[in-house]
Amino acid sequence: MRAEVHHQSVPSDQHRSSQQRPRGPRRRAGLALAAAVSLLATACSAGGGGDSQDAEDTVVLVTHSSFNVPDEVLDAFTDQHGYTVEVQAAGDAGELANRLVLTRNSPLGDVVFGIDNTFASRVVDEGVLADYTPATLPAGAEEHVLPDATAAGQLTPVDRGDVCVNIDDGWFADNDVPPPATLEDLTKPAYRDLFVTPGAATSSPGMAFLLATISHFGEEDWQDYWRELIANGAKLTSGWTDAYTVDFTAGGGDGDRPIVLSYASSPPFTIPEDGEEPTTSALLDTCFRQVEYAGVIAGAANPEGAQALVDFFVGGEFQAALPESMYVFPVSDEVELPEAWSRFAEVADTPHDLLPALIDQQRDTWLKEWNEVVTR
Amino acid sequence: MTRTSRRPGTTTASVVGVVAAGVPLAVLAVFFVLPVGGMLARGFVDDGTFDPGGVLQVLTRPRVHRVLAFTVLSAGSATVLAVLLGVPAAYVLSRLRFPGVRLLRAVVVVPFVLPTVVVGVAFRQLFAASGPLGGLGLDGTPVAIVLALVFFNIAVVVRTVGAQWDGLDPRREEAAAALGARPAQVWWTVTLPALRPAIVSAASVVFLFCATAFGVVLTLGGLRYATVETEIYLLTTTFLDLQAAAALSLLQILAVVALLLLAHRARATEVALARVDRPRRRPRPRDAWAFVVLGLVLALVVAPVATLVARSLRTADGWGFDHYRALAAGPTEGGSNALRVPVTTAVENSLRIAVDATVVAVVLGLLVVLVTTRPRPAGRRAARWARALDGIFMLPLGVSAVTLGFGFLVTLDRPPLDLRSSGMLVPIAQAMVALPLVVRVLSPVLGSIDDRQRQAAATLGAGPLRVLRDVDLALVWRPLLAAAGFAFAVSLGEFGATSFLSRADRPTLPVVIFQLISRPGVDNAAMATAAAVVLGALIVTVMALVELMPRRGRIA
Repeated sequence: MRAEVHHQSVPSDQHRSSQQRPRGPRRRAGLALAAAVSLLATACSAGGGGDSQDAEDTVVLVTHSSFNVPDEVLDAFTDQHGYTVEVQAAGDAGELANRLVLTRNSPLGDVVFGIDNTFASRVVDEGVLADYTPATLPAGAEEHVLPDATAAGQLTPVDRGDVCVNIDDGWFADNDVPPPATLEDLTKPAYRDLFVTPGAATSSPGMAFLLATISHFGEEDWQDYWRELIANGAKLTSGWTDAYTVDFTAGGGDGDRPIVLSYASSPPFTIPEDGEEPTTSALLDTCFRQVEYAGVIAGAANPEGAQALVDFFVGGEFQAALPESMYVFPVSDEVELPEAWSRFAEVADTPHDLLPALIDQQRDTWLKEWNEVVTR
Repeated sequence: MTRTSRRPGTTTASVVGVVAAGVPLAVLAVFFVLPVGGMLARGFVDDGTFDPGGVLQVLTRPRVHRVLAFTVLSAGSATVLAVLLGVPAAYVLSRLRFPGVRLLRAVVVVPFVLPTVVVGVAFRQLFAASGPLGGLGLDGTPVAIVLALVFFNIAVVVRTVGAQWDGLDPRREEAAAALGARPAQVWWTVTLPALRPAIVSAASVVFLFCATAFGVVLTLGGLRYATVETEIYLLTTTFLDLQAAAALSLLQILAVVALLLLAHRARATEVALARVDRPRRRPRPRDAWAFVVLGLVLALVVAPVATLVARSLRTADGWGFDHYRALAAGPTEGGSNALRVPVTTAVENSLRIAVDATVVAVVLGLLVVLVTTRPRPAGRRAARWARALDGIFMLPLGVSAVTLGFGFLVTLDRPPLDLRSSGMLVPIAQAMVALPLVVRVLSPVLGSIDDRQRQAAATLGAGPLRVLRDVDLALVWRPLLAAAGFAFAVSLGEFGATSFLSRADRPTLPVVIFQLISRPGVDNAAMATAAAVVLGALIVTVMALVELMPRRGRIA
């Protein structure tokens, strides 16, 4: 098809222009044609290659768009088990869960990674997953196993990350304001117009923060807290990116708010090149713990490969790669953290949490109530 | 020329016509109607029973009314503004000759391909209280949303109207002027009517683009302003409320149909034109006002882009190309570990996919336009079919990418249509988005060809295919380039469907940008802006190449 279009139109036009046009434009036209031809020549169908592998050699991993590990790690899996991993990554954790639910009659792949504790109940209840967990879990992973028995038999904890309020320490020192420490502090007059957070309806860290407040203040009183928060000038954005990079004072965008909702793992990224310590810190009393799970998809074309990959996820190699490539903590206590992490990425001792089943049951109601409070 | 005299060719022509219409229709049926229909069906069927009442119930929710009103209002004002600014800019860029005009024509298209997420952040940086335009107090207001929508879509007006203006026969205007018409009279009685099909075409495309804009509305609108498109996204990905999502998707389809009917009425008085090539002229003093408008357009285009460029060059200790170097290094050689592949690989992926998507869109688009614009002596019914065909190919513009993306997953999942993991899905999905643009750019041009040119060729002994080649294709060559450039740009910038369907080991540039911008770390955000600048530079280069192609030769 391409060659046809090419031959049909281009040479005839060149012919015309050689009759009518002076030298300059012709040379330019020749240049343009040469460039276009080389572009066409180098480009080939994106469909070529890679699609013809047999299901027995390949494990298809369905995950969210934040999934990211070095190729060496996945190559190591191929070396050990003989399977190639094909990654299909799109959307966030919620979109991932819903994609799986919608396609449960013809699965998208063999393994899912990235179902978190807020969406775990939905995929388990919808029968998306097959029963499988590794025979042994690394030390430290046990405490993240889901409480529900069915869920515990299908979802294996792989990593965890705390969503916490972060502050710009430099700003508080410069302005001689004592830094806040708790969720309650954020509603005090001293911190008026200083807080920015992504909204719960459009952002998964935003949702985690809403869950932290529900966990802390209880199902009766969280709405009052949010009313006070909004009245105290809290700003809501649609996503984490613009809250952190536009509105936050230490996010590189010259923002004007020194308190932002982010992650416990954010501070190590604010160590200046000529400094030793980060310029921001996480408030550990404000954290909600997100745990990410992996599982074998029911009806997987390659169940053996899928099980091997789930085992690999809790193995030392994959666990050790998590902090640097996905900015989350491994569930395993057995692997060593990068130096900046062990020094500056602190973990809350008692993060806020809620039962996954309760979250799944109440999510829509809470979101609608929250929407009412914040858009009033 | 009557039908009888062309009888020997008529059978061939109608067979060719059926094939020409059949191929694009088949593609549309598989890659659009089937997936969207699949999602709608899931909304209408509740627990195994057909429940249309539940869907209609959704349309009575007060929130749906608010969302609908805001969508129409914001897309409507953005369209009006884009036309008011775009038509004078098209005049300067396609009728006048001055140094740098080709570069400006390429620059105007840049916003069209920039990823919405990055532009959303750039606009917020511009308007945030602490930003350079913070004093205007536009952060989080509908005005910012409308400006961003105009920013993205002004290229559609400039290009579509420009392509038509470029080939207008100046003798009509000259004749009117010679007969004593003042410039304003010439404009209202000669030029505007001749441009109207192109303006209506462009406006309807811009409206549909604005009404289905997603990333930019989400970023700039925050939580206060939702459009039908952002609402479908939330309903589908967060609430899994397929019934409500189906109701809103249905609303979008009805809106497209209504808009097309309106556009058709407005286009009804097409003027038959003999298209001729003519040299562009130098600006005159009375063109000053058009240059003022062009200045406004450039300011709107350049300000956010400049914010991006500045951010991409700012390093921890001043200014430099550090972020660009990090991009090129890739994950293993000291670049960011947020990248799976070096950015050069992503550029290569983007270009390959864009070439495929462009070929598909242009071939299908040309077939559609040839069928819909060939004069039909057979009567009204054929004309109506041609019009319906033209309209059907506009549907993908007005329907939610989220619905389409999820639809791909739930319908193209078993033989003979087991296409979910096929590498061709990405270019085809992008071609579906680009196809309406190709049709809209080509349709007014081909539609305004004076049929007497074809008849003359036929009289001189040319067969139907020869007429097609020597009249239709010869005249449409340059608009075809414009359309191909557009399709290429759409494909390069497409994010919604691509992120949904592309494979993680073959990311395109917009996918890489999104990955970078969602990771913590100031450096990742800066690298994302650097990658967006690369994407912009890429499209300027491609567009400049198109500009350098020879203009259409004069038909003897």
